[in-house]
Amino acid sequence: MTTSLSSTAKADTSMQLLKAWLAPRLTPDAAAWLDSQIAAIASGEKPMQLAIAVGLAPRKVGKVDLALTAEEVDAGRAARADIDATGWSVDQAARILLVLASHRGDDDRFVTALDRILATAEIGEQIALLRGLPLYPAPERIVHRAAEGVRSAMQPIFEAVAHRNPYPREQFSEAQWNQMVVKTLFIESRLWPIQGLDARRNPDLARMLIDYAAERRAAGRSISPELWRCVAPFAGEAEVATLADRLRSGTEAERAGAALALKDCSLPSARAALATAPDLAEAVDAGRLSWNQIA
Amino acid sequence: MFIDPHAHMISRTTDDYEAMAKAGVVAVIEPAFWIGQARTNVGSYKDYLSHILGFERFRAGQFGVRHYCCIGLNSKEANNEELAEAVMEILPGFATKEGVVAIGEIGYDEQTALEDKYFRLQLDLARELDLPVMIHTPHRDKKRGASRSMDVILEHKVDPSRVVIDHVNEETIEEVKDRGFWAAFSIYPHSKMTAERMAALVKTYGAERLIADSACDWGVSDPLSVPKTAKLMTDSGISAEDVRLVTYANALAVYGKSGQMSEDDWLSPQPIDQRTLYQGNTVLRGGQTPRVAQSGSETE
Repeated sequence: MTTSLSSTAKADTSMQLLKAWLAPRLTPDAAAWLDSQIAAIASGEKPMQLAIAVGLAPRKVGKVDLALTAEEVDAGRAARADIDATGWSVDQAARILLVLASHRGDDDRFVTALDRILATAEIGEQIALLRGLPLYPAPERIVHRAAEGVRSAMQPIFEAVAHRNPYPREQFSEAQWNQMVVKTLFIESRLWPIQGLDARRNPDLARMLIDYAAERRAAGRSISPELWRCVAPFAGEAEVATLADRLRSGTEAERAGAALALKDCSLPSARAALATAPDLAEAVDAGRLSWNQIA
Repeated sequence: MFIDPHAHMISRTTDDYEAMAKAGVVAVIEPAFWIGQARTNVGSYKDYLSHILGFERFRAGQFGVRHYCCIGLNSKEANNEELAEAVMEILPGFATKEGVVAIGEIGYDEQTALEDKYFRLQLDLARELDLPVMIHTPHRDKKRGASRSMDVILEHKVDPSRVVIDHVNEETIEEVKDRGFWAAFSIYPHSKMTAERMAALVKTYGAERLIADSACDWGVSDPLSVPKTAKLMTDSGISAEDVRLVTYANALAVYGKSGQMSEDDWLSPQPIDQRTLYQGNTVLRGGQTPRVAQSGSETE
């Protein structure tokens, strides 16, 4: 397999971005250590170098929150569209940088290195390396690693792929996307930090969620108001009736979710239902109520 | 607060985690060992080490218990030379991971030549990586096996103040203490050591460098051994400070030498850990429901 120039450029851009984010947050010793490890990994002399450097990173560079400034966030988005480092720590950024150092202009080498290191990664390493997905070259060749992260029984590993990450929206097939969204609700995680949620809505996902809602109802369990966000454009009369009911007698979050979903539904009955709660309808119209607020 | 510095949590249930957290266990150390039957290839060993560094740490965190590991090739499986050679190759990569507080549990089982070979190689690895060591002393021919273990450790220039000799009993305690090692006692219902005998030993020898653990695993064992021993020691008149040393502070002192375990981990965790890996101890933080218990049945 050949490695395109754009792939190498992407690895370089990602590394420059991470270095810029890290520079003001590292002591001279930590910075020197990181540079030496990047050089050693890039030289490719010792196959164990990457695993050991990734393992040692937190004790060498520390674990404080990255806590980017507004300017740094902007620089990030300029380098990589939709990158979101909210909640990242310094050691996570360093670990992503270290794995990128193994690219050295060769996609095959990078994919092999990433496979090898994730196969034996402890939980903190997995979270860091999966958060790095949007920064890696050859994104279409590492989908299996992202899908494996989504299969994890460890919620923070799952969320490292699903939340605040543009990679799933860009690379997942519809089936993979739908599994991720349904699992998010199933493990009682949150939908709103998923990027591209509205853009990737699809009828099959809506059907799965409608079935899932029925299953929860049969078991006497509550249904996340967020579920309706992915159902709304495909809702039938039965779903509109459910939403109208939630709008009437649900909790505050359920009422807000129902209003947002009804607004996204084109059936005349949806508009009629929404009109019964003018306060919420007005808040939705004015943009004062959004999905991020109800979770 | 208690630390159980020897617990094979991979074999325990969620009920155990709940009970431990409720009893005040804030941290456990899971030493790599065999799993009741011998592994036949390095792949299953690799997955085992990944498991105790991954899913098991996550599981513990859900119950507000901090989880650490010792990484090593155990003496039983050291007798399979092909496996042992392959495991030795992967150990350095695992031993340098976060949360690894020692090389262990290593030592002798039958005291064969192969056991001796891999014991020595791992002592060198511990010295090279500057990690403490947890020593498993054999069930059979224990006294001689323990004595020989200590000879070999000193021969390999590993500082005894960084080595815990585990499964110590009345017969071995004096030599362990005299030679400057830490002495750990596995409070294990039908064998090894009982809480009553442990209390008597603390009265005789003092609390310095003595450590109680449960060694709970897949056999008949009690994950609450450490808090129960603490209570029994208190009831038998041992001072609160000595109880604290034996059931908490001594383990923290020696395994803390790894730089991978500190009181802050459970008293004031880093924000990043608090968000992702650790739900906070219910005893310390009051009445949180562990995340596993309230989420869907993905865990099965």
